[in-house]
Amino acid sequence: MSYLSIIVLIPMISLAVESSGLGVRGFWDTVTDTRTLIACRVSFLCSLAGALVNAVFGLILAWVITRYRFPLRRLIDGLIELPFALPTAVAGISLTVLTTDNGWLGKPVFDLFGIRIAYTQLGIILAITFITIPFVVRSIQPVLEQLSRDYEDAGLLLGAGRTRVFFQIVLPEIKPALLTGFSLAFARGLGEYGSVIFIAGNIPFQTEIAPLVIMSKLEQFNYDQATAVAVLMLFFSFTIMFFVNRLQAKISRFTGEH
Amino acid sequence: MAELSFSRENKWLRRLLIMVSFVFITVMLILPLVQVLAQVWDFGFKNFWEAVTDEYTLKALKLSILTMISAVTLNTLFGLAAAWAITRFRFWGKGLLITLIDIPFAVSPVIAGLVFIMTFGRLGWTYPFLEAHDIKIVFATPGLVLATIFVTFPFVAREIIPVLLSRGTDEEEAAMLLGSGFFQLFRRVTFPHLKWALLYGIILCTARALGEFGAVSVVSGHLRGKTNTLPLHIEILFREYHTAQSFSAAAILVAAAILILVFRNILEHVSEKDREF
Repeated sequence: MSYLSIIVLIPMISLAVESSGLGVRGFWDTVTDTRTLIACRVSFLCSLAGALVNAVFGLILAWVITRYRFPLRRLIDGLIELPFALPTAVAGISLTVLTTDNGWLGKPVFDLFGIRIAYTQLGIILAITFITIPFVVRSIQPVLEQLSRDYEDAGLLLGAGRTRVFFQIVLPEIKPALLTGFSLAFARGLGEYGSVIFIAGNIPFQTEIAPLVIMSKLEQFNYDQATAVAVLMLFFSFTIMFFVNRLQAKISRFTGEH
Repeated sequence: MAELSFSRENKWLRRLLIMVSFVFITVMLILPLVQVLAQVWDFGFKNFWEAVTDEYTLKALKLSILTMISAVTLNTLFGLAAAWAITRFRFWGKGLLITLIDIPFAVSPVIAGLVFIMTFGRLGWTYPFLEAHDIKIVFATPGLVLATIFVTFPFVAREIIPVLLSRGTDEEEAAMLLGSGFFQLFRRVTFPHLKWALLYGIILCTARALGEFGAVSVVSGHLRGKTNTLPLHIEILFREYHTAQSFSAAAILVAAAILILVFRNILEHVSEKDREF
């Protein structure tokens, strides 16, 4: 308990104290500053997009891994956690080089569609998607594994189509897990720093993310304002975490697990 | 007939979904890995070796390993203690403790670094005391270790708590009644059940500690050769357009990541077998 206090509680409290030194007025001015607001919007929209991409592909991946047997299945299953194991800075530089105009991925995309990935918001979305791949897959996987196929077979026998079986029998069961994974990915994306700063290009008002605003305010020794932005971000992440905890309580009620 | 059409539809859908999965995994996960290796390959082995054995790279690697070992050791001990306390005792502030454990998951690493600057930095309220005793935390190794601990401490505790909860206390109570002391009880009764979860937590913690970037970046101050961990060193090289050197240093971390991944998968396999008996 005391270890935890030293590591977490005391630093968090000093953050609150520090931001109160700025006063309500100063706090409000900092968080409603155009540059901060735009950075927050970029962070918010890009993490939302990344989480949505992962919700779709995560569902497909979890389904394929648990339901189908095919060559290299174990490899795919094992690779899912790569973003957790790979340092974010390494992911960042690798994705950047990959998606510049001369990169393996950037060049064909640019030649075909005229779209640039690196140093745009698309790049930020890509980095966030990479970092948060495991969340959705690993949230859904255990639920899908436990889900008895009897209900699906019953649905099919009673004459429901495949689509209807999926949407009315399978989806309601995995919905809480899907939402949990989605929210975790979203929360992680909001705070992600290491992988994003390389690929984003960090152009103010365009590809600057909220954690970077904190960082640059720190580098200018603007501690009060950095703290104010941090408090704003904390508010968002705690809201998401609260939501996740309530969802998880719901899931454990369903599966009877802790 | 109806069943036939089902299975045919299913087959195409199945092929499509498997293909989508392969494409997604290849583009998102395998391509970045191959990119690192390709960069190193183009650079040539001799240059690679030079970049890796560069004085600052080696120092950064050493610092990273030191930070990782401290964080993993402390968090393992803490994780065990916290998980034990939460699942075996009732005490005041238990709910608070459970919430606190999750905080690092919800907080951006940059903010994690910031709180340490605010606490131990020049503006922090502990600064006069630290200054008087000539203790340096921020912009020095202790700060790096603290920030890494902060970011990684939920991993071990979170893995063990569910196992301890689902096991219940029956076996421990039986052992206690039969006259077992605490350490014997822990070693013989509790530990065998939670060893896989514990190992898994330690692996996750190691991976994150080794790769932590945001939090460490804030408290490090980027003194090359002194407070630069390997991920920070990679950033500096990349920003100075020493792309190839940067990727060489990254290759060390990629190797570590792959090792961690392989180890994790073996662990999962072995623990599943263990559970069957």
